[in-house]
Amino acid sequence: MTTTFDSSPALRTGALRQSLLISALFVVGLLVINLLFFPVGTVAVVLLSGLYQGMLFFLVAAGMSIVFGLLDVLNLAQGSFFMLGAYAGFAIYGALPEGTPTTVRFVAALVGATLAGGLLGGVVEIALLRPLYVRPIFQIVLTLGLATAIEEIVREIYGPAGLIPIEPPAALDTTFGVFGAQFETYRLFIIVVGFLLMVSVSLLLQRTRLGIIIRAGVQDSEMVEALGINVRRVFTLVFVLGTAVAALGGMTAAPFLGAYPTMGTQFLLTAIIVIVIGGMSSYEGTAIASILVGLTRATAEQLSLQYFNTPILASVSALVFMVIVLLVRPTGLFGRE
Amino acid sequence: MGIVLQLENVHTFIGQYHILEGVSLEVPEKSITVLLGRNGAGKTTTLRSIMGLTPPREGRIVFRGQEIQGKRPFHIAQLGIGYVPDYRAIFRQLTVAENLRLAERKPGELARKLDLIFEIFPDLQRLYHWPGGQLSGGQQQMLAVARALVPDNSLLLIDEPSEGLAPVIVEQMMAAIRSLSDRTTVLLVEQNFYVASHLADQYVIIEDGRSVQNGRMSELVSNPELVNRYLGAA
Repeated sequence: MTTTFDSSPALRTGALRQSLLISALFVVGLLVINLLFFPVGTVAVVLLSGLYQGMLFFLVAAGMSIVFGLLDVLNLAQGSFFMLGAYAGFAIYGALPEGTPTTVRFVAALVGATLAGGLLGGVVEIALLRPLYVRPIFQIVLTLGLATAIEEIVREIYGPAGLIPIEPPAALDTTFGVFGAQFETYRLFIIVVGFLLMVSVSLLLQRTRLGIIIRAGVQDSEMVEALGINVRRVFTLVFVLGTAVAALGGMTAAPFLGAYPTMGTQFLLTAIIVIVIGGMSSYEGTAIASILVGLTRATAEQLSLQYFNTPILASVSALVFMVIVLLVRPTGLFGRE
Repeated sequence: MGIVLQLENVHTFIGQYHILEGVSLEVPEKSITVLLGRNGAGKTTTLRSIMGLTPPREGRIVFRGQEIQGKRPFHIAQLGIGYVPDYRAIFRQLTVAENLRLAERKPGELARKLDLIFEIFPDLQRLYHWPGGQLSGGQQQMLAVARALVPDNSLLLIDEPSEGLAPVIVEQMMAAIRSLSDRTTVLLVEQNFYVASHLADQYVIIEDGRSVQNGRMSELVSNPELVNRYLGAA
C-alpha cells in the first residue's frame, strides 16, 4: 500500500500564538524604554547583557522545568548544581599541571564540571529522590535540605568569601565594540553556549525518541510505562541531563562571576521566577521567559545605575514581572490549564 | 487451543480498599474474551492488575507460562501485552505518528506495521501528522488500539472500546477488533452487551471483585436469565 499523508493542521494553537505575541510585544516595549532613556551604544550593551543573564537563568531553569514536568519534582537543589559546577571547574582548572595551556584547562574544566554535575545528579536521583516519588512534600524538603547541605559543605571547604574568577582562554578574554560601547567577549561566549544548549535541548525534545518519551511522560508517565518503556531509567536520565546542564552553566559563569557558596541560591530564586513566568513544565516557556527576565533585569539595572543610584530596581524587576504575568495569565505565558 | 493468560485467585487493593477479592480466569489463544459486570465490579482493575499498574497482593497471573505478578508494567508490556485503557491515554501534544512511534520496541517496527494499521484504521493515514489532542473521540480510540498493534503483542487488553462513541464508529471499532482476533488474542472489558455479544467468543462475569461465571458467549446470549441476574440487561 502506498502511504500518503495530508499536511498537518497548524500545530501552534491560538493560545500559543497569543503567548508568542505577548512575548514579542514585551521585548519591543523594553526596547522602546531603552531607546527613550539611553544612547544606542548603551542600549546594545543592555540587550547583550540581558541575553547573557537570560542564558545563565536558562541553564539553571531548563533542567528544573523538564524535571518538574516529567517527575513532578521541584528540584530546589538545582541551583546547588550550578554552584557545584563552578567549584568543580575551579578544582579541575587548578589541578592540571603547571604549563598546561589555558584553553586546555578551560575545556577540561567545562567537560569535567558537566560530568561531575551529571554524576552527582544521578546519585541524588537514584539514592534519594526515587524512594520519594510518591511523597511530593518529602521531595521538596529533601531537595531544600540538600541545597542547604551542599552550600554549607562548600562553605566549610572553600570558605565563605568565594573564589576569584578563573582566567578564560585568551581569545575570549577581550572586549569588542558595539555602537561605541564596549562588551566583554566572554559574555558573548556565554550567550552562544546558552543559545546552542537551548536549540540542542529543543531538538532533543522534538526530534528524538527520547524527546517523544519525555513529552509523553510529562502528560502520563504511567501509560508510557505501559507501552514498554522503563520510565524510571528515563527519569534518571532526565535528572542527570538537568543537573549536568546546570553544572555546565556554573562553570561557564565561573570566569565571569567567580564561585561563591550563595550563587546557587541566587540563581535558583530567579530560575523559579523564570519557570513560573514561562508556565510550569513548558520548556519553550522556560526558554523564552529566561530571555525576557534577563532583558528585564538588564534594563532595570541600567535604569537603577543611571537614575536611582540603587540596585533595588534590578532586584525586584523579575518579581514584579512575574506578578504582572500571573495577573494576566495565571498559568504563565506558555502554561496550560 | 492453548491458554495465553491465566489468573488464579487474584486479590488487588487500591489504598485500603479491597477491589479484587478473588478473580480467576483463562484466556484461550487467538480468541476474544470479554469481562462483563456492572459498574465498579472490578473489570478495569483486573486489566490494570494484569499490566502491573495496580499490582495484585495475592494470587498468580501467568502469561505464556511465565508468572508476571510483581513485575513492573514496562517489563510486562515487553513480554507482549498491549494495553488500551478506557480513557485512551492519547498523548495530546504528540502527533499521531509520534504516538505510534512511542510504542515501538524495536527500530523499524512502526514502518513494518504501518500498512496493517492503515488497513484496519484508514482514517489514521489522513491524520498521521495531526496532534492527538485534535482527534475526535472515535479517532483517538482508533489510535489507542493502533498503538497497541505497533509491537508484536500476543495479547491485547482493551478497556471499554465503545465507550462514548457514536454508533457508526462503534461498528467500525467492532470490525477492527474482530479482524485483530485473527492475529492476536484479545481480553476486552465492555459494558455494552450488544458489542460484547457480537465480538466475544468467551465471557467472564465479574461481580463485587470476584469472577462468578464464565463460558462460551453463545451460551450466555441464549440465557437471558443469567444476563439479567448479573448484568441487568437482557
